Amino acid sequence: MALTRNTEAFVPAKPTGPVTRWALRHVATSVGALGRLVRQPFASLMTILVIAVTLALPAAMHLVIKNAQSLSGNWDSALDFSLYLKPGTSTEDAARLAELIRQRADVQAVTRISSEEALEEFKLQSGFGSALDHLSENPLPHTIVVRPAGRNTEQSMALMQEELGNLPETDFVQADTDWVQRFHAILDMLERAIAIGAGLLGAAIVVIIGNTIRLDIQNRREEIEVTKLIGASNGFVRRPFLYSGLWYGLGGGVLALVLVAYGMFALKAPVGRLAGLYDSSFSILSLSFEESLLTIGTGVALGLAGSWLAVARHLRRIEPR
Amino acid sequence: MIRLEDVTKRFPGGQEALKNLTMSVDKGEMVFVTGHSGAGKSTLLRLIALIERPTSGQVIVDGRNTRRVTRRKIPAYRRQIGMVFQDHKLLYDRSVFDNVGLPLVIAGVSRRDAARKVRAALDQVGLLQKEKRNPETLSTGEQQRVGIARAIVSRPKLLIADEPTGNLDPDLSLEVMRIFRRFNEVGVTLLIASHDIALIDQLGCRRIPLENGTVKVEEDDDFIDDYAHEAAVDFERQPWR
Repeated sequence: MALTRNTEAFVPAKPTGPVTRWALRHVATSVGALGRLVRQPFASLMTILVIAVTLALPAAMHLVIKNAQSLSGNWDSALDFSLYLKPGTSTEDAARLAELIRQRADVQAVTRISSEEALEEFKLQSGFGSALDHLSENPLPHTIVVRPAGRNTEQSMALMQEELGNLPETDFVQADTDWVQRFHAILDMLERAIAIGAGLLGAAIVVIIGNTIRLDIQNRREEIEVTKLIGASNGFVRRPFLYSGLWYGLGGGVLALVLVAYGMFALKAPVGRLAGLYDSSFSILSLSFEESLLTIGTGVALGLAGSWLAVARHLRRIEPR
Repeated sequence: MIRLEDVTKRFPGGQEALKNLTMSVDKGEMVFVTGHSGAGKSTLLRLIALIERPTSGQVIVDGRNTRRVTRRKIPAYRRQIGMVFQDHKLLYDRSVFDNVGLPLVIAGVSRRDAARKVRAALDQVGLLQKEKRNPETLSTGEQQRVGIARAIVSRPKLLIADEPTGNLDPDLSLEVMRIFRRFNEVGVTLLIASHDIALIDQLGCRRIPLENGTVKVEEDDDFIDDYAHEAAVDFERQPWR
């Protein structure tokens, strides 16, 4: 159906079952409402743009968090374990154990630091130097530094840490994940803050669409009165306005995705360059299919909610005089 | 077809538009309600269209007591009645065809049936050639005929008209009345509010004269002159505006 002045006119031909008739009537009304928006391109685009920006804001913030999480995920699996062996473990046993760990599938590399090497290093770095020569025996244990393979998940890392800790020669295993966990906690907090902000912005969208529809109702007051006068039900009068709200929300959602996609496109090159400087293979993540659907769905739902509010409040009061 | 029993309509200000009015219109009749502006003609039609509710008394339309027509059922009730207004009440953002077809769209009539019915209605008022025009580009008389076509497009058994010739010159008024006459000949019941006594006399239809909200007992002929004066006053006031 072309978007001409007459789009609201008639339900397509072929008399069929009541359900089909009902569906066709809805299609005709929705196309009519769309035609109305298209006939006022500037005003409609302004409304849609405001909705798009309001939707794109939380979506973009979510993407920033998501990328930060994936980035810290990389760090997570790149962490090394330090395996301190029990005092009294012989150098040969330590070497054998290191070889054993090296053969694990989830391990990328193993470095063995003998207690002697550790003591030498400590002497050099601590500055106690010759004072340590007076020790009757070496207080430092043998250490095995384990670098896990890159494909490990958080769970498999935890499991590996436990397994290494349970080895009979192990005194204790240290994985310096504290700061990563703190970083995750900060991200979680930011995500919560964004969710709150998104809630407020959602309310703003409801108000924006509600107000737009309210103005639309006022402008078409005479038409509403006339149609009610010749027998239109409240439902009939309400439908085109609800569809307008739906179209605003849908348009806003789609445009929000376009805005976010454009932002990602603009960031791709600089992020790639930065990652290259750090020898990282990190590449920026975009919205997934589900997240895109959620953005559009949210737009549609808020659009409907806004128009429903306006319609419930203002349409009932318009009665023929 | 229409029966009013002891109907009183009092407005919030305490002003009584109708006082203990009892009247009836039989099936197939064409009846005029006459009277000064403010005599209660419009209020009477508004009660029948359920734009207003009576303060007391019964309004029975087509065997149905309007008291039992709830708010939700009003749209379906109004679809049974054709209504013509002095100011046409057309929508100027769409074509003549779409204006006339609006009641069918509301009723959910299929496109093909609707197109056929709209053309039939436009043919009856002689505007078949102008279906694509915007009503704004038509003369007042033609606009009124579009309004009539819209009122009859769903073939109602009852048609009510409030001052349908109020804005028309005598020739056009007669033309409109002839159209009404033709509907009446095929069985439509018509109730028309008008003060154009000369025109009504020409048609020879029954009159229900109203005065101060109740039926006036007709006496002599010189009230026709009164009405001619009132008509001019009414014309200025355009009570439906």
